[in-house]
Amino acid sequence: MRNFLAIYSKEMRSYFVSPVAYVIAGVFLFLSGYLFRNILMQFNYWCLQFSQRQQFAQAGMPNLNLNEMVVTQFFSVMDFIWLMVVPMLTMRLFAEEKKSGTIELLMTSPISTTQILLGKFFAALSLYTVIVALTIVFCLILEVYGDPDWGPIWSAYLGYLLLGGTFIGVGVLASSVTENQIVAVLLAFGTLLLLWLIDWSASFAGPTAAKILSYLSIIQHLQDFQRGVIDTGDVVFYLSFIFFTLFLTTRVLESRRWRR
Amino acid sequence: MIEVRELSKQYGDVTAVDSLSFRAETGQIMGFLGPNGAGKTTTMRMLTCYLPPTSGTASIDGFDIGEDSLEVRRRIGYLPEQPPLYLDMTVEAYLGFVARIKGVPSARLRSSLDDTMQKTGVTHVARTVIGHLSKGYKQRVGLAQALVHSPSVLILDEPTVGLDPKQIIDIRETIKSLRGEHTIILSTHILPEVAMTCQKVVIINNGRIVGEGSPESLTAQLKEGEILRAQIAGPKEAVQALLASVPGVLDVQHEDAAAGGIFLVTTAPGQDVRDPLAKAVINNGYGLRELRSMDMSLEDIFLRLTNEERVEA
Repeated sequence: MRNFLAIYSKEMRSYFVSPVAYVIAGVFLFLSGYLFRNILMQFNYWCLQFSQRQQFAQAGMPNLNLNEMVVTQFFSVMDFIWLMVVPMLTMRLFAEEKKSGTIELLMTSPISTTQILLGKFFAALSLYTVIVALTIVFCLILEVYGDPDWGPIWSAYLGYLLLGGTFIGVGVLASSVTENQIVAVLLAFGTLLLLWLIDWSASFAGPTAAKILSYLSIIQHLQDFQRGVIDTGDVVFYLSFIFFTLFLTTRVLESRRWRR
Repeated sequence: MIEVRELSKQYGDVTAVDSLSFRAETGQIMGFLGPNGAGKTTTMRMLTCYLPPTSGTASIDGFDIGEDSLEVRRRIGYLPEQPPLYLDMTVEAYLGFVARIKGVPSARLRSSLDDTMQKTGVTHVARTVIGHLSKGYKQRVGLAQALVHSPSVLILDEPTVGLDPKQIIDIRETIKSLRGEHTIILSTHILPEVAMTCQKVVIINNGRIVGEGSPESLTAQLKEGEILRAQIAGPKEAVQALLASVPGVLDVQHEDAAAGGIFLVTTAPGQDVRDPLAKAVINNGYGLRELRSMDMSLEDIFLRLTNEERVEA
């Protein structure tokens, strides 16, 4: 535990001492704020349109759902921004240690590979969580002017935590196979994008393959969370995906010990 | 104490280290000498559990590098050739981090940091960011990093490489001052360094040991006869013939010089020919201006050993 904390706090320090954390948080929050504003303006526009139509004036307004039309919309654009941002959070985690030779210090210290890996993984996940948590401000704005349903919002945030873990798992794995940070970013981004779009090819595959392909899509499993449904199957999917990427990373890090 | 038994490492078809065996006693500074690419770094990486050996093994204080890797790693301090520094951290924060992952208990953390920084002379830059330090100071921080948990064994890979002469002397003095408390292995390709700091030398080339012993004994053991330098006034050929006729002389070379000829006389091992040689010169009426034996330096031995090896291969 002590070793884990030593690695964890070193990584957190390094995020916040360098401009990395601030730039990532700044860019992400600016972009998501911009998108949120536009989604909200769109919703206002619809409300205005509907209220001016004759047919609704008599029969009453249809129920325009704030959750479905704003919150869910917002969340599904947010996950695409993360797809691009997370590889930048994780690229340096191992690539930099390899390049600068500090990996030798870590590997010759009396700590296990798992402790090193978990320290780094949770540091990245914490930074991600902090930035995602800041977007609650947008939901609070809705609360002031409207009446959103908080159940699906909380479950969507839980989904985001799991999705973030998955992204970071892939990012950490990509960072462990190279000492070049740009290679690490591209590998992570490419892999995530593929896993994102994989259910597209499901439409052209046989029935069994289609099922497997759409099951592998990292984004399909998020939709239930956004609707307020916490399905154990989805939770298991994300957790096992995270476990799998972390396991592969320990294998890569230890490959030095058995590779010829 | 470090004990290495038949340690080998192969990268594919290339044999980097070829069944090395040696011992370094507790409290000793052992020099690990060899040209670049001889296998020094590979050996050190195996001793520190960074790389696994292909065959053979080694033990540190009785713990095997393969089976008790964690115990071994607790007992070693390692300074790789490229000091493993986080350039964005301050010296103090960095050493604190290293101390924590090396398992220094929290209660002793402060005092071991202060001790180490004082020993390596970095106390006054404790709050400086490592990236802003000079090369010499970075090297000291690297050394401090290896020392912070007071390991019983220190493994230093070319600790003075790339430093200026003043910094080299400083680092050497620091290393010497650590003798006794720690068993130290120090690799280098710089010969005077070994003569100055080490009690034992292991010379390796192409992954194999080609010489082993104290710097003095190595010099004595490998001396194949002595070379005398004599300055004698007299006709060149006559003097040369006279010198060659002295019993025990194997070879005489002549070197031209302004004031009297200089002759380099190679003698058979174990024979002191200085007295008979001087007598012969005086009796024949030549002027003996100078006669001294030329010590074979560690450098000569090193070159001889590593060159012979190359011819064999």
